[in-house]
Amino acid sequence: MRSSSNAGSAHLFAALGDETRLHLVVRLCEEGPMSITRLTEGANVTRQAITKHLRVMEGSGLVRSRRHGRESVWQLEQRRLADARRYLDRISRQWDAALLRLRAFVEDAEEA
Amino acid sequence: MSTDRIEKQILLRAPRARVWRALSDAEEFGTWFGLRFDGRFAPGARLHGVLTPTTVDPEVGKLQKPHEGLPFEITIEQIEPEALFSFRWHPHAIEPGVDYSAEPTTLVTFRLEEKTEGILLTVTESGFDQIPLARRAQAFSANEGGWAIMVTVIGKYVTHAQ
Repeated sequence: MRSSSNAGSAHLFAALGDETRLHLVVRLCEEGPMSITRLTEGANVTRQAITKHLRVMEGSGLVRSRRHGRESVWQLEQRRLADARRYLDRISRQWDAALLRLRAFVEDAEEA
Repeated sequence: MSTDRIEKQILLRAPRARVWRALSDAEEFGTWFGLRFDGRFAPGARLHGVLTPTTVDPEVGKLQKPHEGLPFEITIEQIEPEALFSFRWHPHAIEPGVDYSAEPTTLVTFRLEEKTEGILLTVTESGFDQIPLARRAQAFSANEGGWAIMVTVIGKYVTHAQ
């Protein structure tokens, strides 16, 4: 299970590694769930392109859609965004470990 | 929560000169961190290093062992004797065979502050928002289990050290 969740994280970041997709995420984040029609408004790309980007992100579990009348309404999967923060947690833990070694190093030398 | 910056503090019960040497002397820095450098720390200096398992904690050293020889590159920014030391590097650059040199770096700063109990050391690393998202993702695929083990080991280590 672990390796599949790692692969999922890699997909997540790949999905976010595009300006249009990042822009879509920001809009869904700030304005909440919305239709493709509304997402296309104000964008420099076509509705087809927006749909394609949304499908990529759907494949990464970053967004999901539900039918609302004749249109699909798209929204963010919040949990996946939280995953993105784990990167910093990882590096943070590395520093914790390194600083404990530094402490052992300078304090031990004192006693010796 | 900032996604761009990490800040850590630790109180070191050792004289200021001792802490400063452990940070500003390339060989001493490498000893606790687990790196071996090819030169001395000086403002503007660009040094190459290789991952060399730490001897300060044999358990951690053992965990670093599989990455032994991994190349690192750091550029020294500021050196203010016994007060501040900073450098730039590529964070979590642990994919073998990947050339990180064209990618943005993060800035690591160590600040020393005299307290009655010892030296309060503040470490900040900033600039993560500039790191490509794809690169950040690799931090997950590398060693997910390894870090969980590391945290457990550190927990034990701290308890024993008391």
